Amino acid sequence: MSKVLVKSFGCWPLTEDSETNGEDMKTFLDEVNERINGVPIQRCYHCRKCTAGCPLASVMEYNPNKIIKMIQLGMRDKVLGSSTIWLCASCETCITRCPNEVDIARMMDALREMAIVSGVGAREKNVLHFHEAFLANIRSNGRINETMMTVNYKLKSGDLFSDAAMGLSMFMKGKLALISPKTKDIQSVRGIFDKTKNA
Amino acid sequence: MKVQYYPGCSLHGTAKEYDQSVKAVSRALGIELKEVEDWSCCGATSAHATNFRLSVALPARNLAAAEKSDLKDVMVPCAACFNRFKSAQHHLGHDAALKTDIEKILGRKVEGTVSVRNPIDIFCKDIGLDTLEGKVTRKLTGLKPVSYYGCLLLRPPEVCQFDDYENPVLLDKLLGAMGADVRPWSYKTDCCGGSLTISRTDIVIKMVDKLVSMAREAGANCIVTACPVCMANVDMRASENVRLPVFYFTELVALAMGLQGPASWFKLHNVDPTPLVSGLGLL
Repeated sequence: MSKVLVKSFGCWPLTEDSETNGEDMKTFLDEVNERINGVPIQRCYHCRKCTAGCPLASVMEYNPNKIIKMIQLGMRDKVLGSSTIWLCASCETCITRCPNEVDIARMMDALREMAIVSGVGAREKNVLHFHEAFLANIRSNGRINETMMTVNYKLKSGDLFSDAAMGLSMFMKGKLALISPKTKDIQSVRGIFDKTKNA
Repeated sequence: MKVQYYPGCSLHGTAKEYDQSVKAVSRALGIELKEVEDWSCCGATSAHATNFRLSVALPARNLAAAEKSDLKDVMVPCAACFNRFKSAQHHLGHDAALKTDIEKILGRKVEGTVSVRNPIDIFCKDIGLDTLEGKVTRKLTGLKPVSYYGCLLLRPPEVCQFDDYENPVLLDKLLGAMGADVRPWSYKTDCCGGSLTISRTDIVIKMVDKLVSMAREAGANCIVTACPVCMANVDMRASENVRLPVFYFTELVALAMGLQGPASWFKLHNVDPTPLVSGLGLL
């Protein structure tokens, strides 16, 4: 029904929600709440404690409190396409201090997952490249080999030369090994990746 | 006492001095460590930042392996692994549908019967500060550390259930028992930006420089951590004009107890702590 409304009257900000969610009328807010599976983010009364304590707020495109407001306003594309969700370092200060127990850290996880699943991708491409290289390394060996994981990240990101001197120094100290012990039952680890794969 | 041991990936690589010092101190305290059988990575930040079910299933595989043993305590020295294990247990204990889903993925039950514990907790509560103090053969006189807990041991508090989440004190007490002059500071639980250290180094350098500058302002001559991510980040990313030596707490406990190892572990650090430690006559 909202689709009709939007088409006839150009009613904003319903546009983003109604066009992306179609028939079931589930709003962006509903989707985020469903993924957080805890205190609904409507409980936020915008005291901005999350933002005051956030160590990355100063470099974020929208601070954590703004992201909550934007979700409430249904601004799906702007939220999922923002750098904020990739710059959150998951320090969990926000959830620790929120007087209403809104799990903002898990909200950021949920938004990143939604950005990947919906094909929006990551505004901070190298952050996602790092996660992909890290997870690919677990899938292949069961455990992280820091050398091979970093090489894989460098190939994905194209950032080949930063930290080269530091890497060499660590290698000389024996901190970066080319070969390290792997999980023997690797099939059980790969099974986890296959069965949790997002459609 | 005998406990299970989950080293995690970094303790076999960039944090090998943490692995070696945890083992040396545990041996000296009569704690026998039995490695969790055929363990795999906990998934760390990369799993929970991109795929919630994966982030529960990866640690759950290890929890299930640990539950097969008679030993109910699992020592997890890495703060990141500790956090992921505790989070997985929390989610599985609070969401029955998720538990069923994860158990189906793993093909085995996860009952939540093991206790996930950081060595700070085991040393302070099971061994006790008096016993620890009694083992000191060389007091760390002149060493002025700040305790740096970072994020992952403490937050969120209802998941980690570890120490006071705004002003934790266990590590301060432990270092105090070793004879160190622990400096009070306000940055114990501030984030170092570890998860962005490779992908957004520019931001992380500023975060680390602030931490180290504040440690200096508090009168510290070193920083002490229990987290391989914090260690790698603070030890390697601080700018030349502010940097301070960074230690794993177990390295200092071993030093105070006169155990073998500290000299070789210190060589693995980026900021060489040897001049400080030797200058104080501790090495």
